[in-house]
Parts: sequence; structure tokens; C-alpha cells
Amino acid sequence: MTKLAEITQKIRSKNAGPFWITIDIFCSDDAEFKRALISADSEHVAHALGISMADLKRYDMPDLRVVKFSFPRPIIQGTRFDRDMHGASFANLLAELDVTAKA
Amino acid sequence: MDKSVTIKILIPSGALGLGYDRDALMRGIEHKPDLIAIDGGSTDSGPHYLGTGTSKYSRSSIKSEWRQLMQARAIANVPLVIGTAGTCGADDAVDWLLDITKEIVKETDQDVTVAILKSGQPADRVISAFDDGRITPLQPLIDIDHAVLQNCTNIVALAGAEQIQAALNTGAEIIIAGRATDTATIAALPLLRGCHAGGAWHGAKIGECGALATTNPSSGTIMITFDADGFTVEPMGQNARATPYTVSAHMLYENSNPLKLYEPGGHLDVTGASYTALDERRVRVTGSKWFPSDIYTVKLEGARCGGYQCVSLALIREARYVQNIQNWTYAVEEKCRKKAEEQVGEDFTLELRIIGLNATLGAQDLNSQIGSEVGVLGIITAPSELVAKEVAKMLNPYLLHMPLTDDEEMPTFAFPFSPNEMNRGEIYEFCLNHVMELDDPMQAFSLTIEQVRA
Repeated sequence: MTKLAEITQKIRSKNAGPFWITIDIFCSDDAEFKRALISADSEHVAHALGISMADLKRYDMPDLRVVKFSFPRPIIQGTRFDRDMHGASFANLLAELDVTAKA
Repeated sequence: MDKSVTIKILIPSGALGLGYDRDALMRGIEHKPDLIAIDGGSTDSGPHYLGTGTSKYSRSSIKSEWRQLMQARAIANVPLVIGTAGTCGADDAVDWLLDITKEIVKETDQDVTVAILKSGQPADRVISAFDDGRITPLQPLIDIDHAVLQNCTNIVALAGAEQIQAALNTGAEIIIAGRATDTATIAALPLLRGCHAGGAWHGAKIGECGALATTNPSSGTIMITFDADGFTVEPMGQNARATPYTVSAHMLYENSNPLKLYEPGGHLDVTGASYTALDERRVRVTGSKWFPSDIYTVKLEGARCGGYQCVSLALIREARYVQNIQNWTYAVEEKCRKKAEEQVGEDFTLELRIIGLNATLGAQDLNSQIGSEVGVLGIITAPSELVAKEVAKMLNPYLLHMPLTDDEEMPTFAFPFSPNEMNRGEIYEFCLNHVMELDDPMQAFSLTIEQVRA
């Protein structure tokens, strides 16, 4: 199995205000970026994050070789069922994404 | 426009309380800045701070850093501006930092003039704006009504450049501002002096986290020089470098949209920005655009009580229980819930998270694995402290002793504390994601001047 983390440089996530999470996928060169564009397809990503496609915003940034995803956090920051104040762990869902078929 | 205008803003670090490299700060002072700006807070650590109007950082570390910045300011003889004082920027948090400032003035025997900009919003003002259709929701939509607004323990509006400029125009040496956008304290002076508007906002965004936009984030201090066409980034830490990559990539950081930034009075678009290395350490940025809006709005933040919480933690090392932890946890939860509903009614929530399995991501984690031990964290939230504690006490014997099957000896698990229940008190929740329209930028803010004497 090939994971997204194995074909990219770094994946990080963070809260963007109390209502959004943002995930940045960094690639070390253009070839890696091309693979990431295909591997991290939006449907696949939305499924892994447990959100709807309509809620997922995607930014492909070739100059930075970054694919960025932003989405409303499923549970508002700091409310009783929130597990992760700064949204630090969401990156792992994409790092462990199985991209065998696409990579 | 005066083509020769340049304004240097020194940013000691990403936030007061985070620490910085003192040599880098002093190097920044040697470069003769026009203003020192620092951020005092953020919503990043959750709703507790706005809910209570308190600071996340320790008073003594804030005092120690603020004293150094006040001393640096006196040497440079330029204004020192802090935005979002006391983590949340509520009026109480502004007063807290003002008290600290007064103590420092006495201890250092240096008089200062302080401008105090408050961002706190009385519920009545927001309710009347709501009734007049002057409150607009942002994405994602959160429903509000009079009751939600009335129940907020604090509502703040985010000040923009205009309110900071009003404070600067008083000639104060120190400006303590309540909730403000991260960028406003940095962008205010360059905009006031006629620097390029897109450059002012973009440069402010790059600088607001201190040296985070460089190769050495922990060095803290950064200088942004603004002019008629754009801005230049120069880290003050000796081994820190700004590169076109570190600077342009910073727009990704904690921004849901990496190309646009909405501020009171308009928005920044960096789509056409170009980043050029001037040398190994400095980067020049031009081409960012500012689009003024027709209507002047300020973003609102509000927090209200979300119940009272009590938590309890059991540590489980016995292999058979660890292997069957999910089923054991379900059984504990079910039994405790049933008992509590009989005793105190249904108005509480009980949740058990398995630390060492999937406590961070919950059911979304499809790759979780179990290790040799797990922690089971029980979280009870109820409308009163009394009920939360009662249910937590009912959970206690199940967490300590519940067997996996009926026909086996009663087990005992590790409790790290006595009592094992930890009362977390009142919890808060953010309940506003809206902007409020103003006729005049100062309409919802108050500005006072205080001569603080030793």
C-alpha cells in the first residue's frame, strides 16, 4: 500500500479560526506535485475527512507545489465533543490516505 | 502619493508570551523602526479565553516580555502597539494588560502615555444591529437570535486599521488594543502614511507571526519595510533567512483561503504578487492588491456558556482488557448512562474516549492500532456543575472495577488521582461567525488616553 505521505514532502493541518480547518500538502518538486494533484483527488479526500464534497475547498498552487484543502470543522472548536482544538490531527487522515491505485 | 515614503515596522514575535531572541529584538531597534507591533492573542486555543475574558499566558511571562518591549520602545522612541491584548481582546483582558503596564511604569520609573482601544460589544448594541439587518452571517452559517446574543459572556468586534490609526493619531507612546485583526496593528501606520495598500496588508499578514515566514521561526523578530510599491521582509535573527518560498508559503498558514484576506473595509488579493530575493536574507514583494468594499463591516466573535464539565481518567494495562477495550468502554458507557438517567435525568452528555486507540480522530480514524496500554477518558457535560460532578462520581466505580463478563473476578484499574474526577467548571462555545456593518469605524469602539506616571 502506498500512502499519500510517502509520495509528498510534508502534510500539516491547523484550525483557521474557530470554524475552519485547513490542510496543506507540500511537495518537493514538480513531479511530486503532479502525482499529488492526481492522488489527492477531492472525492477521495472528502471521504477520508468525513465531510461532503460541497464543503471541501481546494487550492492547487503550482508556484508553491502545494495542494491545500479547507473545510468547515465537523465540530466547532472547543465545544463539548471537539477532540482537537487546533485541528492538528486532521493531517494524519490525508497522510495515511491509500493512494496505491493512483500513485 | 509620496513615492519616497518608507515605513519600518518591527515585529518582536508572533505573540506576546511566546518569547523571542533578545539579540534579534535589539538588532531590530538598531535598524530604527517607525513602530513596534505585536499580537497579544488569537482564538486558536479555543473559546475559554473569550468566554472568561482572561489570558492564556502566565501573567509573569507577559509582564517580563512586555517590560522588555516597553524598554525597547523607550530606546527607539516610537509607538508600541499591541492588538488583541490578553489573548481574547475582551475589555477585561485589556484592563489586565493596562494594570501590568502600570506596575512596570512604577517599577521602571518611566512615565508613558497609553491609548486604550476597547473592542467589547454590549449585547444590546449587537441585538439592535441584528434587528436593523446590519449583521451578516459568514460561512459556515451559525444561527443566532436575541437569546444567543444575550447569553454571550463576551462579544468583541475585530478592529481594523482605521481604529488603530485613530489610536496612533492621539500621539500615545503605547497603544493597548482589544480584539483586532492580526494584521491591523502592522498595516495601520503604513496605510496612514500612504504606502501601497495591497503591500501594507500583505506585508502585515507576512509579519504577523513574527519570524514564522523565515527559515528560523523561533528567532521571533522580523522587520517589514513598507513603501509606495510593496514591502520588504528582513528577519532580525542572525541565522534566519527570508526566501521567496518562506514568504509566499506563509499565506497558507492558518488561512482557509491562501489568496484572499478579508479585513474591515475591504479585502486583499495576493494572486498577482511577485516575490523576489534581494539577497540571501531579504525578500521584496510587489503586485498584491487591495479592494475596498462599499460597506464597512467588522467581524464579531462571541462566546457563551456551553455547560459544566467534569472528566475522569482510568489507565488500563491488563492485556485482555486492552484487547477488548472498545467493547468494555461501550459497556461502561451504557451502564453509567442508564444509572445517571435514573438519578439525575437525561440532561447531560457522557462520552468515553480511548486514549491510545482513536481519541484524537474518533470513528474517522480507520488506521488505529492498540498498544500495550490505553487510557479511558470519561467526559461529562451537564447544565450545572452539580449534575456534572454527580454523573462523574457515578462513572467512577465502573471505570475502576467493571469486569468484561459477568462471571469473572472484579478487576481494578489504575486511577492516577484522588479524587479521580477533575472538575473543569464552566465550558464555553463560540457562537458568532458574523460581520456587523458600521457607519463609522469608531462607532463600535472606545478610545481613551491615560497618562501613566511612576
